[in-house]
Amino acid sequence: MSGNADTTPLAAGERPPSTVVGPLAWLRANLFNTWYNAILTILIAWAIIRTVPPLIEWAVIDAAGFGATSEMCREATGACWGFVREKLRFILFGTYPYDEQWRPLATVALFILLLGASCDRRFWKPWFGLVWLAGLVAAGVLMWGGVFGLTYVENTLWGGLPLTLILSVIGLSVAFPISILLALGRRSDMPAVKAICVAYIELIRGVPLISLLFMASVMFPLFLPTGVTIDKLLRAQIAFIMFAAAYMAEAIRGGLQAIPKGQYEAADGLGLSYWQKMGKIILPQALAISIPPLVNTFISFFKDTSLVIIIGLYDLLGTAKAALTDPAWRGYYREAYLFIGLIYWAFCYFMSKYSQWLEKDLNRMRRR
Amino acid sequence: MSSETGDVRAPARGGFSLSLNDPGVRSLVYQVLVVGGVVLVGWFLISNTLDNLARRSIATGFDFLSREASFGIGESLIDYHPRDSYGYAFLVGVLNTLKVAVIGVVLATIIGTVVGIARLSSNWLVAKLASAYVEIVRNVPPLLQLFFWYAVVTESMPPVRQALNPLPGIYLSQRGLWFPVPAADPVWGAMGIALLVGIVAAFVMRRWAAARQARTGQPFPTVLATLGLVLGLPLLVYLGGGAPTDMDVPQLAGFNFRGGMTISPEFFAILTGLVIYTAGFIAEVVRSGILAVNWGQTEAARSLGLPGGQTLRLVVLPQALRVIVPPLTSQYLNLTKNSSLALAIGYPDLVSIANTMINQTGQAIEGVALIMGTYLTISLAISVFMNWYNKRIALVER
Repeated sequence: MSGNADTTPLAAGERPPSTVVGPLAWLRANLFNTWYNAILTILIAWAIIRTVPPLIEWAVIDAAGFGATSEMCREATGACWGFVREKLRFILFGTYPYDEQWRPLATVALFILLLGASCDRRFWKPWFGLVWLAGLVAAGVLMWGGVFGLTYVENTLWGGLPLTLILSVIGLSVAFPISILLALGRRSDMPAVKAICVAYIELIRGVPLISLLFMASVMFPLFLPTGVTIDKLLRAQIAFIMFAAAYMAEAIRGGLQAIPKGQYEAADGLGLSYWQKMGKIILPQALAISIPPLVNTFISFFKDTSLVIIIGLYDLLGTAKAALTDPAWRGYYREAYLFIGLIYWAFCYFMSKYSQWLEKDLNRMRRR
Repeated sequence: MSSETGDVRAPARGGFSLSLNDPGVRSLVYQVLVVGGVVLVGWFLISNTLDNLARRSIATGFDFLSREASFGIGESLIDYHPRDSYGYAFLVGVLNTLKVAVIGVVLATIIGTVVGIARLSSNWLVAKLASAYVEIVRNVPPLLQLFFWYAVVTESMPPVRQALNPLPGIYLSQRGLWFPVPAADPVWGAMGIALLVGIVAAFVMRRWAAARQARTGQPFPTVLATLGLVLGLPLLVYLGGGAPTDMDVPQLAGFNFRGGMTISPEFFAILTGLVIYTAGFIAEVVRSGILAVNWGQTEAARSLGLPGGQTLRLVVLPQALRVIVPPLTSQYLNLTKNSSLALAIGYPDLVSIANTMINQTGQAIEGVALIMGTYLTISLAISVFMNWYNKRIALVER
């Protein structure tokens, strides 16, 4: 990717030779600069010509459009987008009552708004925690209903994208304070506290999420006193919180370790108590450093919510898979997985780009 | 509690202070409170559990492991029969998990390294293609990718009777892939031993060559010699053993193929999904490792007259590996833990076998404990090995 070609000085009125600048020169410098690169370029170009036109043919030219019925799809040789159109609301909102589906839609919009606002550094203030709390309460009211004239919808009917967002966003917001305590505990001077935190974090990080979900679904009912039951969604949510707390604690510990010792000593020198030292001096700096790894944790966490399908909850992946079992629309797995893959991808891609941008931005600030 | 009310900032040395303002006493109180809280919660959960178990009359303990499993397992590395015990069935699951993990780690490392280097290529097309790969596979849930690959085989491949036959002896259908393998012959075992001997000999030869070069400055063609030892020895054994060419070719018999080797759709899906997903992460690890080596190192190597290959092998890679190994370890651990997704598509890994055990015996606690204990052991083994390797290649500073 060398751009050294355009630094050649030019005499006035003379046209640059086409081997130095221009599209031909670009091709030479970037695609055919050595003999093996030329071979690679030709091989890849051939592969692209072999695969991309058939793909476009499948997705666009031979496809049955969004208005297609299942009979039209059977005749078409390409993709069946009518399937996505037909199952759109089921895939997005699951078995939520059809006439009330504006409520999960509003919840999704609310979560996206909250997540989007959190990306702006102007909102990184303590009061924004209250905004989050209000947003979560509003989401609960919207989803459950039962007040303000909204009909009550029990959470066994929830599904699709709102469920994915609820599991990940609530999991994250509850796990965050726990993870701060775990990270502080792991760096503590008190051996008993440290041992408990290390044991918890390493135990959770050493086992797959599925085993935790398993534990939640088959063991939690045994843990509770007789007569007390918790529903499947809450059990899965608790498993996610336990899981996220351990991983986020490690991200925050990284931030704590990056704070120079002088900051701790200065705080001690001022005679601040432990909580004053942490709350006013160390954590504000450490959390700012931890945000990029925390966003990365959130991305993997967001992808991992798809595992709830294993304990019988219908998140976005679950509803798509359920939609595929309709006998009238069998076999359109490519369309279904492409559609929800695109949704997952959009969320994760923007979060990862944001985390990269933030990391650069924070580094620039720190260097100054 | 406080027996002394003197200057709290300077607790009497040697004296016996019980003030809460004494950091030592305070930390002790906090620790007692925390440990007490944990014990209390633990006791509450355990007593509830014991109560519930007694009420539902569920047996406890691991005695069930020696009882007859009486369920079939789709694929197994060792001979298994439903009459075997639960413990043996679980062992089959552990071996299936390890099979996915080992093959997956090797393939993901190869693909990941190639893609990571490709992202740094001076060829625009190669670099863009590699980064598109990374950006796509890392941002789609692995379970979704698994379902996709599983559906590719089970829904898009023809049924067994119309199996595709791309090459003679190779059959591809919705029940998996069949391919011929060499028929059993004692020569193959001997070749395996020869391969091991060759690897050990190559290792010894490399140490000798390095020592000789350090002593006399004379280089030795180690690459050629290694290839000769590792590949040549087994080849000699093969030729010496009469070069058997008999193949065990799969044949259509009734509703399925017989003979040869099979790759089941489940194994294919879990392996492909995990390898493609993890390779995206390994590519980033490799790329950042290579970028972390200062460009001056390459320039210095060039000005010493080292050719490109040696620059990479002797100067850049040893330094890049130090950056690469710790995050690579966590990717290996992730792949191993993600192999538990096998449950969702029905590959009989340890989680899915433990799941069957829980459903049949009702002993959920023991089942979950088995899963967690096994994964902790595997994770620990991988980290111990990678930490050892990391120490070996770490920078030794004076």
